[in-house]
Amino acid sequence: MDESRRDFLKKFGFALLSVGGGFPLLRTIASASEKELRTGAAVSTQWGMVIDIQKCLSEQVRRACIEACNREHNVPEIPDPEEEVKWIWSETYEDAFPEGIHPYTADYLKGKPVLVLCNHCTNPPCVKVCPTQATWKREEDGIVMMDMHRCIGCRYCIAGCPYGARSFNWRDPRPYIKGDLTPFPTRAKGVVEKCNFCAERLRKGQEPACVAAVKNIPGMEGALTFGDLYDPNSEVSRVLRENHTICRKVSLGTGPNVFYIV
Amino acid sequence: MNDKSKSIVGLVIFLALVIFPVLYNFAVGGAGPRPELELPEGESRCVEDKDFMTAHHMDLLLEWRDAVVRQGKKNYTSQAFGEIYEMSLTGTCMNCHTKRETFCTRCHDYADVDNDCWGCHVEPEGQ
Amino acid sequence: MLEQAFQGTKRYWTLVGFWVLVIVAGTAAFSHQLIKGLTVTGMSRDVAWGLYISQFTFLVGVAASAVMVVLPYYLHNYKKFGRMVILGEFLAVSAVVMCALFIFVDLGQPRRVLNVLLYPTLNSVMFWDSVVLMGYLVLNLVIGFVTFDAERKGAPPSTWIKPLIYLSIPWAISIHTVTAFLYSGLAARPFWMTAILAPRFLASAFASGPSLLIILALILRKYTRFDPGKEAIQKLGTIVAYAMVVNLFFVLVELFTALYSDLPHHMHHFEYLFMGLHGKSTLAPWMWVSGLLTVAAVVLLVIPKVRKQENLLAIICLAVIVSIWIEKGMGLIVTGFIPSPLGGITEYTPTGPEITITIGVYGIGFLILTLLYKIVVSVREKTEQIR
Repeated sequence: MDESRRDFLKKFGFALLSVGGGFPLLRTIASASEKELRTGAAVSTQWGMVIDIQKCLSEQVRRACIEACNREHNVPEIPDPEEEVKWIWSETYEDAFPEGIHPYTADYLKGKPVLVLCNHCTNPPCVKVCPTQATWKREEDGIVMMDMHRCIGCRYCIAGCPYGARSFNWRDPRPYIKGDLTPFPTRAKGVVEKCNFCAERLRKGQEPACVAAVKNIPGMEGALTFGDLYDPNSEVSRVLRENHTICRKVSLGTGPNVFYIV
Repeated sequence: MNDKSKSIVGLVIFLALVIFPVLYNFAVGGAGPRPELELPEGESRCVEDKDFMTAHHMDLLLEWRDAVVRQGKKNYTSQAFGEIYEMSLTGTCMNCHTKRETFCTRCHDYADVDNDCWGCHVEPEGQ
Repeated sequence: MLEQAFQGTKRYWTLVGFWVLVIVAGTAAFSHQLIKGLTVTGMSRDVAWGLYISQFTFLVGVAASAVMVVLPYYLHNYKKFGRMVILGEFLAVSAVVMCALFIFVDLGQPRRVLNVLLYPTLNSVMFWDSVVLMGYLVLNLVIGFVTFDAERKGAPPSTWIKPLIYLSIPWAISIHTVTAFLYSGLAARPFWMTAILAPRFLASAFASGPSLLIILALILRKYTRFDPGKEAIQKLGTIVAYAMVVNLFFVLVELFTALYSDLPHHMHHFEYLFMGLHGKSTLAPWMWVSGLLTVAAVVLLVIPKVRKQENLLAIICLAVIVSIWIEKGMGLIVTGFIPSPLGGITEYTPTGPEITITIGVYGIGFLILTLLYKIVVSVREKTEQIR
């Protein structure tokens, strides 16, 4: 669509808005498109991650990531797969990238495990559907956050997420947390949770737990790269410029901020 | 319809139920003794003055919660003393008030107000 | 008027007592769920919504269908619905109450339900759905009582009620449209993301709701001296016939688009629904029953001779209700989650506590309906004696 036409559509939208005399739904649509215009100016940071699929074929790497995350966030290990809580975990390449497979997909990818987590989408569908703003996209750094105090547990966000990144606490998670509790608050039964890009660590100037965990494994530098996508000098921006990367289900327009080097 | 007597009986029962708690407290001589709260040793004040904290600690905690979780902020400047504190229940509050049983719980039990902070928030080690 | 609900025959009190027992059982199961969490249900990581949300969806349809008696009566002055219209409005009241309760029991944190109003979120369809449902409840309560009270006194209702009645017509359409938008706006769930969902919801609502109303009217005629009218029942039968034909047509349109286009991620859901996937096919037999009942009902409904026999009509109506209850309830909601976005196939079967809670909510709805209908019947019996 060329610029002038888009501009016209936007103006037309605002005209409709004034005719509608503040019909609130139109107003939200309008404010959403306004936000689109400001992207890059108002949002100073957009945290993002690049995952190197081949390096993460190493079981050791994936286990280190998952364990570091589970420990950092007191993620319970519930044996019943129907009630599992997962922040970062492995899926097969086919299930993670259903659009990226065909009968002749390379052997090194076919059926191989890929680390998946919340994509902290630029246009998150889970945020759009939440009736209480218990999940929202933080303006300052682009993290899709969860407010566990506000969530009513309706699970609309689970229905809305195309990546299966959200978990519901079907039961009290505390008895299923391995080892001693770490300072991160555990969750009450009946709320939804997911990866928060380690907002609590970023606040203290530390990298996310999974990224930090792989740094200690020799030869696995760059398995996970984390940083500010809006900063052209950041490591993550450099990796993205220099490699061919893919995202999960790009056709849905959610704008994932987790990228994969195949 | 003429159910005057029934209505009066009903009203009397209703009133009796409503004023029962007040009468009960008169009968047993007012509320029970105020609980003794154990205050941190070696500290002279909290992040705000005592009256404010007694009356509004929950408001302050809610404000901190929203500032940290929703706005991604870190520090709080005391309005009474101008000092800067990190906004953290387990990091800042419980750094001084180390025993919740003799502080939080004791008063909350007395006031019969539920607090479910500890269902999720993890108390610092060694308590 | 209201006092009529507190005086009645032994049979009336037995019925009330029965509902109370059902409610007590449901409440007990609900407190169990409150303590243990939603783990007591059959829902899971993959199938996040189940029996509760299915019932919610089905009952929004029942509520919306009141418009099928309100519209002919008030817009087309179809006098034969004079005794039926209040039954439709009060059925809507009880259905909306059940809808709200089904959402409530489905929440992980029911104590926080008011957050929906404390933090109104205009971009969430769920917010709008709760607004239109509550509005619809108020509209039907007010319209129902005001018009009925006027009729009791033998006077025309106050003029201010007219605009509310006209408002309630598009409002009824809106509650089911917005409920369809809950699902059809999700790119993550191809099974639901179809523009025909809202029209389908309305068509199936206008078949199942009036069917229920016919059965209720027949029950009232059998056990009370109040007769909603043979012609009114027949007219409802015609409405059910048309709605059911349109419903079947919409389903076939949906099936054609999905099957002929052959898009894998759309197809998988339909495969699961009718055949099962990877040997998992719990829902398939239900769907075949629903399909057969739909076809049988359509065939019988379009034959006027069959439809005109009230006993047969009652059976057909029951078939319509069951088939739509399966298709629009479990079939539609659960299949949206199977397969999951990650390709997983987790089946869903409701558990004992879940079913008990569901029946308990129906108990509350039917208790409300019993009380409201009792008032209608008693008042009508009296006024008709005087005249």
